[in-house]
Amino acid sequence: MNEMWIEAIWDIVIIIFMLSGTFFIVSSSIGILRFPDVYTRLHAATKSSTLGVAGIMISAFLFMYVEHNIVSGKLILGIIFVLLTAPVSGHMISRAAYRSGVKLWGNSVKDDYHKQLDK
Amino acid sequence: MPFQIILNITIAIMWMFLNESYSFSVFVVGYLFGALLLFFLQRFVPDEFYMKRVVKIIALIFLFIKELLLSNIAILKWVYKPKLDMQPGIFALPIDLKSNWEITLLANLITLTPGTLSIAISNDYSYIYIHAMDIDNVEEEINSIKDSFERAIKEVTR
Repeated sequence: MNEMWIEAIWDIVIIIFMLSGTFFIVSSSIGILRFPDVYTRLHAATKSSTLGVAGIMISAFLFMYVEHNIVSGKLILGIIFVLLTAPVSGHMISRAAYRSGVKLWGNSVKDDYHKQLDK
Repeated sequence: MPFQIILNITIAIMWMFLNESYSFSVFVVGYLFGALLLFFLQRFVPDEFYMKRVVKIIALIFLFIKELLLSNIAILKWVYKPKLDMQPGIFALPIDLKSNWEITLLANLITLTPGTLSIAISNDYSYIYIHAMDIDNVEEEINSIKDSFERAIKEVTR
């Protein structure tokens, strides 16, 4: 009886991680479709998808550990590298976009970087 | 610091030989004993006890994770808001970190804070350009957050 409860709780934890991960990925793709220009879209693409991928990988890690008794180092490494690389790629894409002349959205109020480039 | 780590690994390997069992778990136990020995003998070994720095690195990682969660919630708010009435913009933030490694860490942390995305770094490394989702709210907030970030990074790297 007791073991059944523990298993059920583990299942619920895994389901919560999996669902929150997919929810973050879905909302980040909605954000990419809704937002007006490259830079605001990058906000959605770099942040939410990071946490989404991390959540799904954590749930996979827990599943492997609970069901098969495997401590999967690859999944941990995957989380670490996604966390490290997503902000860097966001930085590089936005910089490349700005340098190749992509305009900011019409409602934008301030642009300090333009002055720097004019010098 | 490298000297202390080598000493610690040597103690762990000696622990493995003394136990006559060569598995990873015995190595970990030996490493913990080595750290304990170094902690008691820190007056006689050069430099500061290196585990203090490890603790600071762990604190920085937790700061990272906390900011990541907060920024995701902020983004979700913008995604599901029916009207797109934000005022995005790019502003310049002065920084006083020097080395490439520190600036990379700071740019990563800023990208993960709510509503901000680091776009570029000026040629003389004195300004970092940040795209903000809603510039009025963010600009004051980021100035206060930046201080805590810079302090945490300096504690780790210096």
